[in-house]
Order: sequence, then structure tokens, then C-alpha cells
Amino acid sequence: MLQLGVGASVDLGDVLTRHGHDRSGRRSAPALQSVPFILYFDSMALRSTDILTLTPQGLYCPLGDFHIDPVRSVKRALITHGHSDHARAGHQSVLATRETLLIMGERYGKGFAGSTQGAVLGESIRFGDVIVRFTPAGHVLGSAQIVIEAGGTRIVVSGDYKRERDPTCLSYEVVPCDVFITEATFGLPVFRHPAAQDEVRKLLHSVALFPERTHIVGAYALGKAQRVMGMLREEGYDEPIYLHGAMERLTELYKSEGIPLGETPKVAAAERSELAGAIVICPPSSIQDLWSRRFPDPVTCFASGWMRVRARARQRGVELPLVISDHADWDDLCRTIHETGAGEVWVTHGQEDALVHWCRTHGIAARPLHMLGYGDEGEGEEAQPAREEAGGTA
Amino acid sequence: MNRFAALLDRLVYEPRRNAKLRLLVDYFRHTPDPDRGYALAALTNALMFKEAKPGLIRGLVEERTDPVLFRMSYHYVGDLAETAALIWPTPRAIPSISNSPPQGGGEPAAPGLGHNTPIPTITEVVEALSTTGKSDLPARVASWLDALDETGRWALLKLITRELRVGVSARLAKTAVAQLGQIEPDEIELIWHGLEAPYEDLFAWVEGRAGRPESGNPAPFRPPMLAHPLEDEDIAKLEAADFIGEWKWDGIRLQAVSGKAADGRLVRRIYSRTGEDVSRAFPDLLDALEFEAALDGELLIVRDGRVQSFNVLQQRLNRKTVTAKLMTEFPAHLRVYDILTEGEEDLRDLPFLARRERLEAFVARLGDPRIDLSPMVPFTSWDGLAAARSDPASIGAGIDTDAIEGCMIKRADSPYLPGRPKGYWYKWKRDPYLVDAVMMYGQRGHGKRSSFYSDYTFGVWRDGPDGEELVPVGKAYHGFTDEELMKLDRYVRNHTVNRFGPVREVEYGKDRGLVLEVAFEGLQRSTRHKSGVAMRFPRINRIRWDKPPAEADRIETLEKILARGEKEIHPFRSQQTEGQEP
Repeated sequence: MLQLGVGASVDLGDVLTRHGHDRSGRRSAPALQSVPFILYFDSMALRSTDILTLTPQGLYCPLGDFHIDPVRSVKRALITHGHSDHARAGHQSVLATRETLLIMGERYGKGFAGSTQGAVLGESIRFGDVIVRFTPAGHVLGSAQIVIEAGGTRIVVSGDYKRERDPTCLSYEVVPCDVFITEATFGLPVFRHPAAQDEVRKLLHSVALFPERTHIVGAYALGKAQRVMGMLREEGYDEPIYLHGAMERLTELYKSEGIPLGETPKVAAAERSELAGAIVICPPSSIQDLWSRRFPDPVTCFASGWMRVRARARQRGVELPLVISDHADWDDLCRTIHETGAGEVWVTHGQEDALVHWCRTHGIAARPLHMLGYGDEGEGEEAQPAREEAGGTA
Repeated sequence: MNRFAALLDRLVYEPRRNAKLRLLVDYFRHTPDPDRGYALAALTNALMFKEAKPGLIRGLVEERTDPVLFRMSYHYVGDLAETAALIWPTPRAIPSISNSPPQGGGEPAAPGLGHNTPIPTITEVVEALSTTGKSDLPARVASWLDALDETGRWALLKLITRELRVGVSARLAKTAVAQLGQIEPDEIELIWHGLEAPYEDLFAWVEGRAGRPESGNPAPFRPPMLAHPLEDEDIAKLEAADFIGEWKWDGIRLQAVSGKAADGRLVRRIYSRTGEDVSRAFPDLLDALEFEAALDGELLIVRDGRVQSFNVLQQRLNRKTVTAKLMTEFPAHLRVYDILTEGEEDLRDLPFLARRERLEAFVARLGDPRIDLSPMVPFTSWDGLAAARSDPASIGAGIDTDAIEGCMIKRADSPYLPGRPKGYWYKWKRDPYLVDAVMMYGQRGHGKRSSFYSDYTFGVWRDGPDGEELVPVGKAYHGFTDEELMKLDRYVRNHTVNRFGPVREVEYGKDRGLVLEVAFEGLQRSTRHKSGVAMRFPRINRIRWDKPPAEADRIETLEKILARGEKEIHPFRSQQTEGQEP
């Protein structure tokens, strides 16, 4: 690890390129291109790149000696939320919200890290000269933004986030900052999510229209599945919602956290053929499986922001696309950047180029981080159903 | 327009033919004339208006959005109509004002659609497109886009660009119309080319409210009979003695029909395989249709008695105007292999050999050099036919060998049935050429492959100024399974060294990169390509995850194919046996 002291004049690009060489011993695909990126010294404030740099492990704070959502094992990891592209096992110590720690324990087993510490939302924690604070991100249960302050500069690492209401997690809170680090999973102006409530009503309408068929809803196991269940309950749907086995443990975890999801029995193999008229929730990889074909004349549904684009729905063989996303859509990405008042934006993953372009045309300094390993551009994630456990959500 | 949009929106997600048919029947049954007729015309690509150019739509969107973001979005979505529909900013009556409580105690006006234009019907759109002048068109289209919601905008743009692509063939749409009554789809085909949108007479007939519309077309299109590819397991099951062989010509399948109109005039038509009237493209061939019959055959270019390769034929196709020079340089020729009607007589129920006798006599009587007979290929066993297939010259194909792409196998007793009936006709293509190349660029695909890196440019080695270098020789976007596509897409993403809009350059070199085994049908010299060669119908045959890029082929391998012509059929087969399968 390259240690950067205060005032060290190593450009972020240099750090990356050098690591690229170290890793492979030859020219490899650069994760970051040499985008001109000049920050002017403020005599009072630290440079943002002194507070946070990009390493092969992920974002790193040399002053506090911690990584955020590292993709490989590190000494000290601060985790924004429980999706496995952000929360990996094997770190020496982990700091995350209590719910995120519970989710990680559920997925990886109790010994997923050497030690863990629960972060209380809004409370400051000091690491050397750096003060860190967790604040809600509205993405999934336990998801948080990480606010880092040092030498008069405030950086917010938002992790994945959304602005739309979600009955299963706390709402996003805007934190004014100097540097805002955002995702861009849906960072193109074609992504404007409709109201999720209308999409859930569309599902219920179809269930009423085809009482002889089973509606199989593909949804990510952490977050999306529970949000769909929670919203169905809000719409007054009180029939049992059947679950694929892969959904069970996390759904129980949500319930034990006091989130009302109603009756959610696991589908038994024998009863599949008798579930005409029912709603079944399963991982996206199962909607086209033999598993789903055993239900009576199944209607294939998929709850995802990607469903906005017809070709994506067709690629997945989806008959009833439900545009429900746990990520901010284009308008919300732009709105959020404005509301933070940040003069500088870093874009971690997704459609970085478009959002960076938008920032620059709106007078905000911005750079893409082209980070690999996070949702892998989201779309790559989407393309590989089998990886939904390994990747984020959409 | 909304009802039509809803139909398209459901069709696009529906993979099952029968369900599509149900949706179509339901739409035709519950939609009044003339809307349903214009919808039928749209689905069968029979609308007469001049399609709106993509440039018009792009221009309208760019006036309203950031062109850079629009371009990025288009590359992502892979479909202009859908991108425009999604990105189109809906005009609002009242700008949304945040954090300002309503004044004066009144209800705040709900932000809503701010247009005054009523939602247009499909009939209004089609009629307006036929009458609106070029300069008024953009404003007209913009006002419709403002009036419609996202699905409506998408459907409108599909309609006006005449690029529906909702997985419905003209045949399926006609089948749905036939199902409104007790009529066979083929009966509609027979009169179809005499009908015009909005088809009120057709619907009236099908629904039993009127008699059959007079076709008015004495030279109608008849759906052709198609062949299945011959699989290895078929060969074991089929008895060679029951079949006859023909060459499979590397040309364009055509149906040439002539018939006497009521006034005694001879009406001549040339149809493509899908029933499109292509007469205007082949006036030289049209001249030759001095008969009353319907012939099935292959369009070829014949110079000095020699059939030219498909590369030559392509230069005759897709020309806006057919000049005398073009016709002299690329004389159209019809090589016939079946006869469907002769005079008033429908021959399609006769066994193949009986039709063949009629055809031979017919061609002999005609005596026109522009129309000749596709010869039969004699064989007694499948091995014998395989030998003929791999070396057509040995069985008398002579100088026409270049234009042969394999064999057709037809049951001697097969009637002429529309569509692709099982068990009668097979096509047996010769093996493709194979070359090992290295992936150099990946590009995002369109349509079904939208947003996947699914189009791959590949290269082979040649000597450059600084030693061996890769030179691009082609681009392929199919041949792989969906599962392989996922892996290739991931490969491109994880090995990107450069980005150029929708194109990514991947790592390649002697010791890094991905080898693709590319299959192709032929080669021609090309000045447009750096390598000087262009491949015909290249596709990814195998992904050689195991093969070091340094061992990929060199440009000389392709040069040799060019030099040898296309006589040697699979020059790489012997090398193929080396090494293990991945």
C-alpha cells in the first residue's frame, strides 16, 4: 500500500497506474484513464485526494487507515451496506451499521471478520485526524452513507442509494459536502423510474386478470424482494406471498427487525402445481429455470430498474416487467448532486461517463473512478443472472 | 394510437406464437375500421407513406436534450425509437416549484401534462404522414410526441420509421385476420397483393359481411415452400432412394409470376421469398416473363454463361435506380427449380417429380436464355451426395461451382406446401472456412443484444514495421450461445484498454488476448479493409479460451484462400484435429 502523507503530491491517476503494473507485471486494463484532474490548493483545507485515494482494494483513507467497501481483504473496512459486492468477508475489522453487520453475519457466518463494530447513525467516530459518521442511504435495510471529515473538508461516500420511499429502510438524508462520491447505476437520462407503487399495482392487476396463473417475480434476495413484499402489503394484498428458498433467511431477518411483511411461506416442491393465482418471489436467476416452469402457466415478472429498457426485459424472457429500483434514477442522481452542494463529484460505478458529463456541463468538477467489482457497470451484473448474489441490486 | 401502442407493447414481450396470435385477433376484433386496417398495414409493412428518417427524430430530441447524453443513451439502449421515447421531456403545464407552499389557500395545481394536443389515432397519424409536407413534418411529429406517454411515443416512432420489429411477421398478422372468420390464411395471401390499406373490404369478407374482394391481381404471390437444415441425425433416418438432389445456389430466392388480367393484358410480378414485390429492381428479368405461370427459382448473375459468386450478385442488389449499365454488367438470371401454377392449373398438389416434368417441358418451350433449369444432382447414397457437395465440379457443376453453397434434398413425392413443413425438403450446406483470429474490439449490439458487447472485431497476424502485428480482418456478431455472450461481454468489460463511444478496445498481443475461431463462407478482396480482404457471413464458431494468441492464424492463410479461389472446400480441417477441445 502506498502511504500518502499530508501534502503528498501524488496524483490519483499515478497511484492507480502504478498499482496496475504491480499487480500484473505488465500493461493491464487501466481502471482509470488519465483524465485531466487538477485540484487547487486551499491553504485551509486538505486536498480531497489526500483524504481519499483509490487503491486496488477500493477507496482508501490514508489519514485514518481504513478502506470503504473494499473488494479484497483489508485491515479495517467501513461498509456502506450488505450487498456482497460492497460487503465481503475476510477483513480484520469491520465497521458498519448494526443491520449491515447482521446481514453479513447471515450471509457469511459469524466469523466473517476478525472483529466488528456497530456504527450508530449520526454518531461521530474518530480515526486519527479523521472523523467519520454514518447516515441513511435509503438503499436497503441498514444501508448508510459514510461522511468523512478532515482538515475542514467533508467527503460523502454515498454507497448505493435511492430517494424514493421504501417501507423497508430509512430514507436517504442529504448531507452537504465538498466532495460527493456517487454511484451511477442508472446514470443515463433514459432511466426515469415510474412510481414503484404503480408498478406494484400493475402486478396486482395482472394477478386479478389471470387468477389461473402463478406470478413469478424475480427480485434480488436482499432488499428488492422485501421491498416488493412490503409494498404489496401496503396495497392491501394479504394473501401469503410464497418464497423461493434463497429468499427465506434474509426475509426472516427483515421481519425480526420489525418490518411487517405478513405471511411468507417457503414454496414446497410438492405444492408448486397448486399455486394458481399466487405471487411467488424468487431470485432473478430462477425466473427462467425449470424450477419456475412447474407452476401453473407462470407469468414471468422481474422487479428491476433495468426493466425500463424493453430489450433488457426481452433478453430475460420477462412477460411482465416491473420497473422498481433500489437505485436513484437519472433525475434523482442529478437532484442529489445539486442538493449536496458539492463542488466536486466522483463517480464510482455504473454509467460514469454520462453523469460526469452532466456534472461538468453544470459547472461541477467531476471524474469517473471506473471502479471494477461494484455491480460491474450494473449492466454486466444484470446480464449474469447467476451472479445476483455476488453483485449489487438494480 | 394508445390501443395500437398497447398491442405493440404486449407483443414485444410475448415469445409464444399462439399468444401473439391471440393478442392480434383480440386487437382486430375490438378495434374499429379504419384504425385496425392501418395497424394491419403497419404490421405487414404495407404502409405507403414515406418513412420518417432517423435524422428527423434525432434532431427533435437534440433540440430538447443534451446531444452528448442522448448519444450515450442511444448507444446504451440500442434502439433509436426507444431511446427517444424514454428521453423525451414531457412538457409540463406548471413548472414544479419545490418548497413553496400554495398561496392563497387554494389547492396547488397538480403538475400534469401540459399539452393541448389530443392523443392522435393511428388513422390520423397515417393520413397526416401521407399529406404533411417535409418542412411541416418535424413540428407535427413533435406535437404527437408531446401528447403521448412513453409507450405511445415508442409505438409512434416505430410506426413512422416503419421499423416495428415486434416479432410479428406479415404472415402472422394475416393469419390473425383470417381467424376473425373461417378463412385459411392462404386465401388471404392469394388476394393480398390486390388490396390496399385500410382493408375494409378484407375485414368485411373475413367477418362474413361481404363477398370476397376481387383480387384484381392476376399474378399473386404464393407462400413458398422452405427447407430444414439437414442434421447428422436426419441422415440416418432418411432413405436416399426417396429423395432427389439439387444444387443449393448462393443467390436470392424469387417467385416469378405472370397472369392475364381481365382486359387481356399480361401482368408480371417478381416477389421475394417473403412476398415483397421486387419487380422494379429487375426490369430485365421481368421482360422474360412471357408466360402464364408461377415459377420458383434463384436469382443469379450470369456472365458469358457463367454463374457469378454472391459477391457479384450483391452489387446488383439494393440499388435505388436500375440503369442500363447495371443491367448489362450484372445481367439478372432466373434458375428455376419448381413450378406452382401453369395457365389456370394449380400444380402444387402434384408430387415433386410430376411437377419437375412439367417444369422441364415448360422451360424447354420457353427457350429464353435468361430462365433456365436448375439441374438435378444424381446420387445413390448419402455418401455419394456428400462427395458431390464437397466437390460440385466432379458431378458436372463445371464453371458454376463458385455459386454453389451446398445441396438441396427433396422428397420425390413431396407436394408444394407453404411454410416449412417437416420431412420434405432439406438443405445441406457445405462446411465453412475456419480461421483462428484474435479479438481486438467489442461493440455494443442492437435489438436483442442491446447493451451487451456483442459485436467483435478480430484480427490475424501480419508482418508490420515493428515485427508481427494484428490486422483486423472482420467483425462478427453471432454464432455464440446466450451463455457464451455473457462470457464474451464480461471478457470485453474486464479487458478494456480504450473506450471509443460504444466501442471498446480490448487487450491483445502475443501473450494476452482472446482467440476466436471464426467461420465464414467466402472471401473477397476489399479496398475498404486495412487487411485487403472482406469475409462473407463471418460468425464465431468457437471461443478458444485455451489458445495462446501468438498461435492465431496469419494473413497468409487468408491470402491462400483467395488465391485458391473457393474450390477447396475446407482447407483448415486437417489442422483442426490437433489439440484438445477446450
